[in-house]
Amino acid sequence: MTGSTVSGATAVPRSRRSRALGRRSRAIGRLVFLGPGLAYLIVLLLVPLALILSYTVFRRDRFGGVVYEATGENFTRLLDPLYLDVIVSSLKLATIATVIALLVGYPTAYLIAQLPRKWKTIALVAIVLPFWTNFLVRVYAWIVLLSGPGLVNSALGDLGLGPFEFLYNQGTIVTGLVYSYLPLMVLPLYAAIEKLDPQLREASANLGARPARTFVSVTLPLTLPGVVTGCLFVFVPSFGNFVIPELLGGGRSIMVGNLIRDQFLKARDWPFGSTLTLALLAVLIVLLLLQAWSARRA
Amino acid sequence: MLQITGVSRRFGDVTALADVSLEIRQGEFFALLGPSGCGKTTLLRILAGFESPDSGTVTLDGDDLLGRAAHRRPVNLMFQSYALFPHMTVAKNVAYGLEREKLSKAEIRSRVGEVLEKVGLSAMAGRRPQQLSGGQRQRVALARAIVKRPRLLLLDEPLSALDKKVRAEMQLELKRLQHEVGITFVVVTHDQEEAMSLADRIAVFNAGRVEQVDEPVRLYERPRTPFVAGFVGAGNLFPGRACAAGVAADGLGVLPGVSDLPDGTPALLAVRPERIRLDDGGGVLKGEVADVSFYGGVSHVAVTVPGRPEPVLVATQGATRVRPGAQVGLAWTPGDGVLVPQ
Repeated sequence: MTGSTVSGATAVPRSRRSRALGRRSRAIGRLVFLGPGLAYLIVLLLVPLALILSYTVFRRDRFGGVVYEATGENFTRLLDPLYLDVIVSSLKLATIATVIALLVGYPTAYLIAQLPRKWKTIALVAIVLPFWTNFLVRVYAWIVLLSGPGLVNSALGDLGLGPFEFLYNQGTIVTGLVYSYLPLMVLPLYAAIEKLDPQLREASANLGARPARTFVSVTLPLTLPGVVTGCLFVFVPSFGNFVIPELLGGGRSIMVGNLIRDQFLKARDWPFGSTLTLALLAVLIVLLLLQAWSARRA
Repeated sequence: MLQITGVSRRFGDVTALADVSLEIRQGEFFALLGPSGCGKTTLLRILAGFESPDSGTVTLDGDDLLGRAAHRRPVNLMFQSYALFPHMTVAKNVAYGLEREKLSKAEIRSRVGEVLEKVGLSAMAGRRPQQLSGGQRQRVALARAIVKRPRLLLLDEPLSALDKKVRAEMQLELKRLQHEVGITFVVVTHDQEEAMSLADRIAVFNAGRVEQVDEPVRLYERPRTPFVAGFVGAGNLFPGRACAAGVAADGLGVLPGVSDLPDGTPALLAVRPERIRLDDGGGVLKGEVADVSFYGGVSHVAVTVPGRPEPVLVATQGATRVRPGAQVGLAWTPGDGVLVPQ
């Protein structure tokens, strides 16, 4: 009786202490796991981003850099039709690339999802295989293919056709964007279609729906989150892209990415480059919010 | 009404259906009963149009069914998983099939309302399937299938996802609904009690073949193959050879039964547990009580009989006074012993 009271009395503070210790060690554990990622984000993303955003309200220095005198001229300049046109044409090219990637990617993802398990794996590896090669090398490969004396033209020449001017127009840019980001469309679509219970499609047929109706009323609405994610994955890197328009579009500043790059590296106008960056970010943030909203509704 | 003739289906080396022929009558509640993997679900999928047989024909009221695509068949299926559309409300799920028939909005609304009333879900019309209980989902699936007024309704393990109490309720409800709508029901199940309580006739499947087609009572009391005798109801099976008085059982002597087989034919004698009496004095077999379990309405007594590897099961009404270790005799009238050719 007394023995148990004594051990009970010491047990209470010990458990309280160990609980406090547990809490502290859990906090340390969290810091260890989160720390590196958090440090990476803060140092390499948030700080530079804050700097860039602060540049938007200052004047340019003549040879690059920033003069810390507040001004609103960067924003008025943004409304210049010259720059608005570039933003609009970037939106247009990125949208076209996204739509084409969706139209090509959906049937691809759908077919892969119907394959036997072994072939599914092989098909998915084939989809991500291009990522194992350097991005620039793959874009240069298109120049080799499409240039005046390139492979496609010489093949067509053997048939008595051409030569055609394939390179350095908006069509080539869209081709390059679709080619580069198609896997990012296929993967989320595949994940969404694969998750879909095949019995739902059978139920739809059983209730008298033709295959097209089943697709519109059952398959598509239930894979919509995958469609939205895939579109975002293609649109975001396409909209701000500067490598593909530079190499395949003939180097004229026809997309925001090139314009920003030129402002920083050629015109040495950091504040205006920052303002363009802000405009690009604003568009993407609006899109992300729309995606989050649609995902929550689904 | 539904005529299935010589239907076979193989998947690689596995024979799912081997030369199956069945005739199902208008307005009948028909059950396909068998263990999992016996081919009953494959047959159901062939009727719905999700599978094609390698050979054989299926006609519905004389029309060839196999030549029609799944979405053109006057046959509806209630899926085992229910397969309700998660992005649609209950009312939308039920209306889906009617919308495909291009009916007017007003007619769709009135028929959906009517069928939801029939299954007691009018209050749930605006809910999504995820917001319903298992029993309610089952009713939605049923409503969605019967609202099209198909000539044939197929039900794939309709009650397997429900717990015991809801299952008993839904069994009664299914029978009532079938009676009300007058549609021919074909239900697939592996649960022999479910098949017996629901169906007018049962086809017992084993390894892709139909073993016996009969009314539940006849199936239970007069199994025609060893498989049916073993699968339908817990049975005591005594192997031996047919003789005039019943069966000359291996190692047990002559056991009473009704025999229409030629003497000497290898046969099984099947005796239902509830047909065996515990007889203190005599009986055809003697043994020792190994175990007694009380189930409320009935008690099961397992009796070890020398010369037989497994115990003989006896079911008695209510509680029993016998205790494990007691010596008892077992008796039954010859009419309760059924001879099954082996």
